[in-house]
Amino acid sequence: MRQETAANEPRAEFDGSGGELRAELSGNWTVEHAERVEHEINELVAAAEGEGRALLDLSRIERLDTLGAWVLDRTRHDLGGRGIAVDFVGARPEHHILLNEVAYRGFQPRTEKRATTLVDVFADVGEAIVRAGRDFVQGISLLGEIVTALIRVLLVPSRFRLPSLTNQLEQIAFRGVPIIVLISFLVGCIVAQQGIFQLQRFGAQTFVVNLVGILILRELGVLLTSIMVAGRSGSAFTAEIGSMKMREEIDALRVMGLDPIEVLIVPRVLALVIGLPLLTFLSSIAALVGGGLVAWIYGDIPPDAFLARLKATIGLNTFLVGLIKAPFMALVIGVIASIEGIAVQGSAESLGRHVTSSVVKAIFMVIVLDGFFAVFFAAINY
Amino acid sequence: MLQTLPERTMTERDREAVIRVRGLDVGFGERLVLNGLDLDVYRGEILGFVGPSGQGKSVLTRTILGLIPKRAGRIEVFGEDLDAMSIASRRAIERRWGVLFQQGALFSSLTVRQNVQVPMREHLKLSERLLDELAMLKIEMVGLKPDAADKLPSELSGGMIKRASLARALALDPEILFLDEPTSGLDPIGAGEFDDLIATLQRTLGLTVFMVTHDLDSLYTVCDRIAALGEGKIIAAGPIEDMLASDHPWVRAYFHGKRARAAAGQ
Repeated sequence: MRQETAANEPRAEFDGSGGELRAELSGNWTVEHAERVEHEINELVAAAEGEGRALLDLSRIERLDTLGAWVLDRTRHDLGGRGIAVDFVGARPEHHILLNEVAYRGFQPRTEKRATTLVDVFADVGEAIVRAGRDFVQGISLLGEIVTALIRVLLVPSRFRLPSLTNQLEQIAFRGVPIIVLISFLVGCIVAQQGIFQLQRFGAQTFVVNLVGILILRELGVLLTSIMVAGRSGSAFTAEIGSMKMREEIDALRVMGLDPIEVLIVPRVLALVIGLPLLTFLSSIAALVGGGLVAWIYGDIPPDAFLARLKATIGLNTFLVGLIKAPFMALVIGVIASIEGIAVQGSAESLGRHVTSSVVKAIFMVIVLDGFFAVFFAAINY
Repeated sequence: MLQTLPERTMTERDREAVIRVRGLDVGFGERLVLNGLDLDVYRGEILGFVGPSGQGKSVLTRTILGLIPKRAGRIEVFGEDLDAMSIASRRAIERRWGVLFQQGALFSSLTVRQNVQVPMREHLKLSERLLDELAMLKIEMVGLKPDAADKLPSELSGGMIKRASLARALALDPEILFLDEPTSGLDPIGAGEFDDLIATLQRTLGLTVFMVTHDLDSLYTVCDRIAALGEGKIIAAGPIEDMLASDHPWVRAYFHGKRARAAAGQ
């Protein structure tokens, strides 16, 4: 095989005399030998320098394809531009047709990308700020659309899509239970272990119950759940809407007189708003169980003592603080996922970018919102 | 320029089958889509492949390309059994065929030019200049305007996607070209140009074309031979005259319908 291809390699044998370069081309001037073709032709062009004309005998070319034909015709053009007239002789009819078919034409050079300069960096930053502002406005307007769609649905309950809602609840809440419970349980264990370890030095290890209880019920349960849901369901949500957008399914809904917000977004956001508090509750319980288990094994606090102290130190308000935040977190995740999904353009790359930014923005906003809630609850002393 | 062409004569070529399919069974679950199918595609011919919708035309194409596993049978391409070959020779075969998928299957995050350059960059060592020129050449050859080269597939119309996808299929100057409904979604003039283009390429490059199509004009004007699929088998194969003479009810209905008569009348 290898010998055979070597024998068929494109060759250009030339000799120049009396202002004329005669070249005899042979072999396969095809794409398999692309590198060789370029090499041979470059040598030929170099040899033609200073000659008045060149005669290329193509009769011994065995195979010619568009690559070979293009290179030959381009060479004729290039040399012609330098005052060297090139003639092809002996081309087989089918090669002749191919040469005509690919006849040289100038292509406008591609506009090269400039190297990034400092100005570009500033421009990028400015663009990002403008885009963030636009995102915010879009978010508010989409939130308004979702709320009006919700009200519409509530006023006309027959328009409510219960199957869609239950399906979404299953996807978002029910199927999310195992992983969220497991992670919360582990985080509860870790917090309790660290609490006991640090508080031991002051002989105050029973305070681990206060630490674990307040931290988990107020902050960790809802934060962990929101972050997990943003990663699990927010991303899925953006990807679903985005790919539907790419394949004109959203447009199809619109022309059928269906409101995509009502059909696609309302059930999902509603499922998030219902599902996230439920998951937060489960997550908090799992974390408390984990904390209690570590307190028992590692801190010698038996379960009944743990529970008694938990009851004494944690009021209902602590528990409610976590739960109150959950629907708002859900709304933020849902709205961001919708905006990103609808913003998807035609390419797979764009889909990936928007799914990423959906998750990143949702997690960021969840944490920012949590900060605002902390300030708010501190201010009203709840 | 076509008048200067040497007349193609099938007898001159030794009817070497570049694709030979024997006893092919392909099925999904309980359903056997292709059942003992035999097919030959000869070097240098344009084979039109017809059949009712949902009868497995695309399945056969995809099975030959190795995208769908087969249950039984043998597929030879360039005389080599696809099952018996090493991965390296399989890759070598894949370089020698080009595929135009029904939906175009352009890479959505690359421009048309980059799409055409993907196979060249992967398989060839070329200078940037030649890469750009060849990509532009293919883009112009398939009838796209140069300014389409730097557009993304999402910015193209359906017909332009077909053309861009053909340009990519032609990037490595393949010996076999698989076309899955190449003219569907094109306007009649565009479809006619597409047919002419394929005929010209076939004559100049000695391409073998395997074309799944429903376009009767294509079948009449460019196809050397037609194979009709039905009940998982080839029910008729031969030039258009054989098709017209066939007794099979579906083939009769297909080639003697109102639309077929209109195409034949031209």
